Amino acid sequence: MKKVEAIIKPFKLEEVKDALGDIGIEGMTVTEVKGFGRQKGHTEIYRGSEYTVDFLPKIKLELVLPDSQVEAAVSAIVKSAKTGKIGDGKIFVSPVEQAVRIRTEEKGDSAV
Amino acid sequence: MKKLFLSLSLLAVLFSPISAVRAADAPAPERSVSERLEDLEAYVNNGARNASTNAPSKIAGSGPGHNAWMMTSAALVLFMTLPGLALFYGGLVRKKNILSVLAQCLGIAGLVTILWYLVGYSLVFAGGSPYLGGLKFALLKGVDANPNTDYAAWVSQNVYSMYQMMFAIITPALIIGAIAERMKFSAILLFVTLWMFVVYFPLAHMVWGVDGLMNGVWNGDAKIKAIDFAGGTVVHMSSGWSALILCLILGKRRGHGKEPMQPHSMVMCMIGTGMLWVGWYGFNAGSAVAADGIAANAFMTTTLAAAVGAFVWAMAEFLFRGKPSVLGFCSGAVAGLVVITPAAGFVDANGAMIIGVAAGLVPYFAVVKLKQMFGYDDALDTFGVHAVGGTLGALMTGFLATSSVNSNLTDANSYAKANGLFKLVGNGLWMEQVKAIGITLVLAVVGTVVIAYIVKAIIGLRVSEEEESVGLDLAEHGEEGYHGA
Repeated sequence: MKKVEAIIKPFKLEEVKDALGDIGIEGMTVTEVKGFGRQKGHTEIYRGSEYTVDFLPKIKLELVLPDSQVEAAVSAIVKSAKTGKIGDGKIFVSPVEQAVRIRTEEKGDSAV
Repeated sequence: MKKLFLSLSLLAVLFSPISAVRAADAPAPERSVSERLEDLEAYVNNGARNASTNAPSKIAGSGPGHNAWMMTSAALVLFMTLPGLALFYGGLVRKKNILSVLAQCLGIAGLVTILWYLVGYSLVFAGGSPYLGGLKFALLKGVDANPNTDYAAWVSQNVYSMYQMMFAIITPALIIGAIAERMKFSAILLFVTLWMFVVYFPLAHMVWGVDGLMNGVWNGDAKIKAIDFAGGTVVHMSSGWSALILCLILGKRRGHGKEPMQPHSMVMCMIGTGMLWVGWYGFNAGSAVAADGIAANAFMTTTLAAAVGAFVWAMAEFLFRGKPSVLGFCSGAVAGLVVITPAAGFVDANGAMIIGVAAGLVPYFAVVKLKQMFGYDDALDTFGVHAVGGTLGALMTGFLATSSVNSNLTDANSYAKANGLFKLVGNGLWMEQVKAIGITLVLAVVGTVVIAYIVKAIIGLRVSEEEESVGLDLAEHGEEGYHGA
């Protein structure tokens, strides 16, 4: 099992969700987050006072998948979240030791 | 008019037998029909009642139309503070200080009302010296539904006193913009109490009092023949210059220039701006103290200056910064309203347009450049908008006032004739305005320095560092503006 974490632009969420649905992914967790990478923040000016806003709003998607689905999921996210401009986000893949479905107590791949 | 005359004559005929019977006991003087008609005409034209007879006027009290407009205006001016200014300023502070601004506006409204009842109204509007009124109207004694003809022939004095009180409320409330997010609530209350006695009451008497030093329009003995229609000096200059001094003595907010201090709700700020704009019709058009042609002119000039100021300020941002901001539109509207205030009843449409353009540019540079240059923390720009705008307005009134829209500036007004104001209009009036500006500036600055140090010595001006970082809402009022996620 692997966990796929993707930080994407908020307006891309619907597209990414649909693309993942199309390849048969049945669940995900979505969080509104703030952060910055190379895009940095933006400047706001109020009557001549400038403020740099470092943290931009982003969406974090979390999916835990059987190893067999990971590659397809990552490429679906890349394809649907890409605008080609700075600030498109990142995807992290990491191993997951265990998963449990609380209702049935199933474990491992069948739980995700 | 003919119909009215006919029905009045008919009434006179109908009632004459009765009065004839009464007259047998005590011959009470009666106004003739034409004298009664003259009273009615005076009401319609907002003139004085026919004084050529000893018989009492049949309409001795207030005139309903003028009174209705003044009650509406008084409510509109209160609406400027509660909640107009409270939301305008409230939106501009950080989330943790929103309630402190609302509490300060509410606190000032209550406090000033008490002072106004005790002696405030009297010190401003009772006759006294050229510098301060007497105590004739203390505790609002004798201030009833009858007009005080020193100020208005057809408006109840109790309505007039409440109308003027709304000005006395918003003026110190404007100051809190400069000292937002760091001054103790108790210090604000003490400061405002002293400030009303030292700065506002004397200044308002000098400018608007029946025997005021600078009341060019209504005091035949005025030493300084200045004009101020709705409070460019009394309200905006006094609050704005005092605000600058107080924010200098108080010091900057912690983290000023280092931490982000963006407005927490531009939406709230815009709502407040709209309320200020609407309320300002009561402020300016109401300052005619009648529903007459001068009020109508002020209504127009107020609209023009506000709209042009809003547009020009935002366009200046568009030009110099690349983006027109909502705060720019809001600031420009308020600046336009501030600058037109002393001029509203004295200038025509062209004058108002010129004032609107100046209001969009001069305070803009004060706020954007001057503040950066000197680095003072006028948190919400009370100085940049109200002091700079008020001073600009007082001066421009001197150049742009025209008797074509206000016959009180001609020798038809016996006071303007007696003190010579009528000769100055369009011909050196600006010099009188400069004198009024000088007196206002000195009184506001010196008064504020003295009061601020007195308050500092007695209870201190600032909240503690910890309270400031927690936010005044929790620290000073035990409440939060926003709960939940």
